[in-house]
Amino acid sequence: MNFLKLVLVNLARNKRRTLLTTLSVMVALFLFCALGGVLDTLAESIRFGSETRLVSRNAISLIFPLPLAYRERIAAVPGVTGVSIQNWFGGQDPKDPHNFFGQFGVDAATFFPIYRNDMDIVAASPPQARVTTPPGVDQRLATFMAERTACVVGEKLLRRMGWKLGQSFTLAGTIYPGDWPFTIRAVYRSKIRSFNDETMFFHWDYLSEKGMGGRGFVGIYVLKLADPTHAAQIAKRVDAMFENSSAATRTESERAFQAGFVSMYGNLPFVIRVIGLAVAFAILLVAANTMVMAIRERTNEYGVMKTLGFDDGAVFRMVLLEAAIITLLGGAVGAIGAKLAIEKSGFNAGGILPPMSVHWSTVGVGVGVALLVGAVSGLIPAWQASRLRIVDALRRVN
Amino acid sequence: MTNGGFGMASIQVGNVRKVYRRDTQEVPVLDGLSLEVTAGDFVALMGPSGSGKTTLLNLIGGIDSPSSGDIVVSSTNIGQLRGPALARWRSRNIGFIFQLYNLIPVLTALQNVELPLLLLKMSGKERRRRAETALALVGLGDRLHHFPRQLSGGQEQRVAIARAVVSDPAVLLADEPTGDLDRKSGEEILNLLERLNREFGKTIVMVTHDPHAAERAHRQYHLDKGVLSN
Repeated sequence: MNFLKLVLVNLARNKRRTLLTTLSVMVALFLFCALGGVLDTLAESIRFGSETRLVSRNAISLIFPLPLAYRERIAAVPGVTGVSIQNWFGGQDPKDPHNFFGQFGVDAATFFPIYRNDMDIVAASPPQARVTTPPGVDQRLATFMAERTACVVGEKLLRRMGWKLGQSFTLAGTIYPGDWPFTIRAVYRSKIRSFNDETMFFHWDYLSEKGMGGRGFVGIYVLKLADPTHAAQIAKRVDAMFENSSAATRTESERAFQAGFVSMYGNLPFVIRVIGLAVAFAILLVAANTMVMAIRERTNEYGVMKTLGFDDGAVFRMVLLEAAIITLLGGAVGAIGAKLAIEKSGFNAGGILPPMSVHWSTVGVGVGVALLVGAVSGLIPAWQASRLRIVDALRRVN
Repeated sequence: MTNGGFGMASIQVGNVRKVYRRDTQEVPVLDGLSLEVTAGDFVALMGPSGSGKTTLLNLIGGIDSPSSGDIVVSSTNIGQLRGPALARWRSRNIGFIFQLYNLIPVLTALQNVELPLLLLKMSGKERRRRAETALALVGLGDRLHHFPRQLSGGQEQRVAIARAVVSDPAVLLADEPTGDLDRKSGEEILNLLERLNREFGKTIVMVTHDPHAAERAHRQYHLDKGVLSN
């Protein structure tokens, strides 16, 4: 027998209580790390997008469009090698309106070349006739390019919706009313983690003709640059061009644009942190209560041990170690469990966020919190046990 | 196990007073008590309940401190020891035997006996060997892995005695060691104490209510209202 075994034996004396306390710490740390995972995912979503691409949107708000006429003028700015357009569609699955996923009307001829390093086409309907795709567009998108109602969907979205390549489906428009039939002509897989696999892209022309009566409003412009080091000057120049127009632009890097998008969540990170702290405090009370009960039950035994020569420090360390083992064990299992479960679920809020993840640093913080809770929760009982007067403790027996 | 060192004054209690404070009242338990126990002696302390027997035992063992007076055990004035130093001294010099055995219920007999050895620097193997030897000495070599609940009262007390002697202290303090046992088991415990005194030279101070048990000691003292008499 050794000191550690003595502590473990003490932990095992009331297995049910130890197990329930460990479980409560485990669940709390699972929750703590899951909440931390939301923060991690939000932080990761800010990293979405490239620093080498610019996004131009309406300076007033993202919900106001820009005229299509800007495209040629933006493309003419020195250093801009490509311009693409995107509109948020916001359609609903009529069978399940809550089954949300992102849909964008894009100018395919310019969109896919700009994003070719971010995604791969993994499946596509074969073309009926020999068709040539625009430069930089994957040849396998030939059928998609030729069909007005065609769409490209992410691999995960395809799986989630139970769709098949070539399948037709209808979305109910919310911003652009009416039924919108689509046919899946290609499937993509993201090459980078921050480019999600649950989005649908379709022809902007289809949206413009059917949804805008051909007026051609653009949600955002995406600018490809020859030299990313000139991004700031180019952004300034683009915005200066439209400064006095009815639709002034705000141009920023794609990453900054995404960060602004995430900032619309408001103080969510603060709320999450507060909840996380409340969870930590709750487990602190649970663990402390357990330790206090355990020590009270063993008052006489601590008296005996002190009689045998265990000094106050040894008793203090023993109680503290007990608390630390319970919380560390529960905390580690809960924190690692949160990482495994959440990352396996692949949840990405319908494509708005990158797949949810819990960083190892968050797991580390969780384990640290568990250790801290163990130390703090064991502190008072350990102090009580160490300060016990032997004669008082022994009197409990005799 | 070594000889405790015959011929030397093992315990000297000099003019000890012990007063307990209850609210604002002071309750004197020992009043200027003096006692000398030579090394290797076997002394019985008798007296009515509340006479201060256990208090005296606690003072000699360094688990309580006197209000005034000196207590010297094995040449150490324990009044000068505090905290960890006192605990360390206790672990090396005193073996305690309680009326209700006070074994740790979740530890086996072997683990209970090993407990005081955790405080000494020795290998796990050595600890185990010494605990086994102590248990063999008290006749429980075949009960090493039994838990206290699996043992009879007499056996539990023998484990407690093994625990008291495993670190080879010079002094054994026994507080009513047969008080919770039937006559036969009590006899066995007294035989064991006698043997530890005779063969291993342990100085023993035993508190008892039982005159029959007290007869096994070399000397008997009566304590009444904090005053000692022969």
